[in-house]
Order: sequence, then structure tokens, then C-alpha cells
Amino acid sequence: MRNLIVFIWKHYFFFLFFLLEVLCIYFIVQNNSFHRATFINSSNQLSGNVLETYSDMSYYFHLKEANEQLARENALLRSTSMPSFVAISGPDYKIKDSIHLQKYQYVSAKVVNNSINRRNNYITIDKGSKQGLAEDMAVISSTGVVGIIKNVSENFSSVMSLLHKSCTISSKVKKDGSYGPLSWDGTDYRYATLSDIPTHVPLAAGDTIAISPYSATFPENILVGTVESFERKSGAYFYTVKVKLSTDFNKLNFVYVVKNFMKKEQEELENAAKKND
Amino acid sequence: MINEIIKNIFRFLILVLAQVLIIKNIDLGRFINPFLYVLFILMLPFETPNWLILFVSLILGLTVDMFYDTLGMHAAATVFMGFCRVGVLKLFSPREGYEFGTQPTIQYLGIPWFLSYASILIFLHHLVLFYIEVFRFSELLSTFVKVILSSLFTLLLVIISQFLFYRKKEQS
Repeated sequence: MRNLIVFIWKHYFFFLFFLLEVLCIYFIVQNNSFHRATFINSSNQLSGNVLETYSDMSYYFHLKEANEQLARENALLRSTSMPSFVAISGPDYKIKDSIHLQKYQYVSAKVVNNSINRRNNYITIDKGSKQGLAEDMAVISSTGVVGIIKNVSENFSSVMSLLHKSCTISSKVKKDGSYGPLSWDGTDYRYATLSDIPTHVPLAAGDTIAISPYSATFPENILVGTVESFERKSGAYFYTVKVKLSTDFNKLNFVYVVKNFMKKEQEELENAAKKND
Repeated sequence: MINEIIKNIFRFLILVLAQVLIIKNIDLGRFINPFLYVLFILMLPFETPNWLILFVSLILGLTVDMFYDTLGMHAAATVFMGFCRVGVLKLFSPREGYEFGTQPTIQYLGIPWFLSYASILIFLHHLVLFYIEVFRFSELLSTFVKVILSSLFTLLLVIISQFLFYRKKEQS
């Protein structure tokens, strides 16, 4: 026993190194198991505030572009004939209607931190649990899909971007409805890969890819992108489609968080059904 | 002594801020991700106790992780780099040991010494960091290219910053 202590003391440097390294690996594993609430991430107060101040400054230089985009979107919304758009005041407006039950609600948020050049990219937005956001909510922009909320703090949320290793979104070919998982292969931020599309589907470059009805997180028919090219690997029964994403992740300014009022109900039902097996 | 500690704390803050506010936002393509903040570990004084190097590396890594949303990855890489620093310093030490009061910089020990010292440590740091980040075998080669290119770029930034901010002390 004494010899052991002497041994450890003699090589304390190595053991300390080993201990700290194990601690780091524990952190990594802890953080990577999907949706684990973690303490140190970019949605905490300290780094959130630093990043927000910085983004406020850099945001100023993009005002012109952002204004144009907002104006264009406003025009689009005005020109649709849904009567509810007339009376909107504030983000928490709900439609009281006895025939239609509201399923989705949109909350607008500003992007305060973003990246596109890493293997796993995250976005930080300036709304959090105080504004009613929670984990697993979908995030879209006016041009298409953006990601899924991973962590929320009081005033910030950290969003797992579509440009992430473990972000897979169920998407469909809009013209015939066949669907498959869409994910990012880590190369070019403008393109993603849609797999498992059966070979009998008459695909063509330029076809629209949208969210499939089986996605539990995203509302159906939200735009994902267009078909850039597709190939059938030898021996495979499915096409692998290269999709040009409609969202420009390099220029994200404003995004919308989608609250799904019926998600909990759907999940509870499905889990109950699974339990009965 | 106190002066040296304050100087190091100051350097820590400047490097972390420069990393997360400026360098993080420079898009040089998917193969080049420089991490200038490792300069902090490179420039710790020779007299720093070994255990302190490890703890300081851990804190540096966790701080950067906080901004990159990668809890533990940078910390694992910086702790590994701090561990290797001790060995690398021993490997490259002059015959009579390091002079008291000098720092591991170009100005004190010359370009060839600093280049070999910095490039080995930066390479090791990037190697650990990128392989932990990818963590799968299918991207083995492309990750290695990334490690090499990013290390070269970080080395370039480190050397530029040395020439910009540290001048030779007057010999008396």
C-alpha cells in the first residue's frame, strides 16, 4: 500500500493528467448524449451576453439586407388572404376558432451566434424559456428549415443546426410524397444528402424537397431545398439525392421557432402504444 | 512574480476573446480552423509548476468550449497539450537548462527553437481536438488533412502575433 502511494506521488503529474483527461471525456460523453441538459454551453448567461453584445454590433452592418428580407416577407404575408393576419399584435397571438384548432405557433427570434464551418454547428438565438421556448422545438427561417432547439436558458436558446452530425430530418419529394432521412455530410454548408428515395420515383434536378408529414418536430411542407443531383449506388435500391438547401446558413439573421401544441399528445399516445407491445 | 501572473491573466482574456469573437467568425473553408488561443499555453513561463499547467489548460479549454458549444472537446485537447509541453520542453532544453527569467518566445530562444517547440504542440492539440470532434473512422483521412492545414495556419498566426506584440527586452 505504501509503495503504491509512493508510486502515485512520484508520477503525480501523469496521474493528474489522466484524471483531468477522464473528466474531459466524461464531459464530452455527457454533452453528446442527445438532448442532455448541460450547464456550460453557449446559452448560459455569461457567454450568451458576450455573444449578444457582439452580435448587436455586427448585426448593425447587415441591417440593410435584413430590412429588405423582412419587407419582402411582410409583403408576402399581407398578400395572403388569411384573415388572422390583420389583427396580429405581438408574438403570442392565438386564433380563437371553434372549427379550427391551432396546432402551430411561431415565435420570431434573432440569431446572436452562428457557425457553418465545423462538423457540428450550433446557432444561438435571443429567446429562451421566458418566451416559452423549450427543447425539441423546430426552428425555421423565412426561406426554409434551420434546426432543432437543444438547450434553453432563461433568455437564450442553443439550436442544433441542420449542419450537425446527429441532426436528421424526415423529408419528402414534394411532387409524389416519397420520403427519407435528410442529413448533412459535413462538407459544403449549401448541400445536404437525402437518402432512401425508391428508384421508381421520377426525380429531376430542381424538384422541391419539403418536410414530410411524419416529422414530429417540423410542420409539414416547410421548404428544405431543391434537388441538385441524384445517383443510384451500384446494388442499391434507393437513390441518394444531393439537395441544395434553401436556407443560406451563412446569412441567418431572423428565425422562427415553431411551437407544436399537439406534439405532447401525439408522443404520449405513441409511447402508450409502444408500451402495450 | 505578481506582475507575471497579472500579465498571464491578461493574455488569457485577450486570446480567448480574440479566438471566440474574431477568429471563430473567419471562414477559411472547411479544412482550415485556426485556434490561436493555444498560444497562451505555449507562452506560460518556464517556472510554472507542472500541476498548474494542467489546471490552467483545463480552464482555458473549458472557457473556449463554452463559446463553441463543445463541452469537453477543447478542454481534452488543451490538457493533453499542457501535458506534452513538459516533455517537449525537456526534449528541446539547452545543455545548461533554461535561463531564469526568460520565456519560451522567439525573442529569447530564437526562431528554430520556437518553431519546433510550437509546431509539435500545436499539431498535437489539433490532432486530439479534430479527432474527438469527428469521432468516427469514415472521415479519417479528411480529418488528418484538416489537422495539418489548421496547424500550419495556427502556427502562422502564432508567429505573426509574436512579432507583433513581443519585442526583445533591452539587454543590460
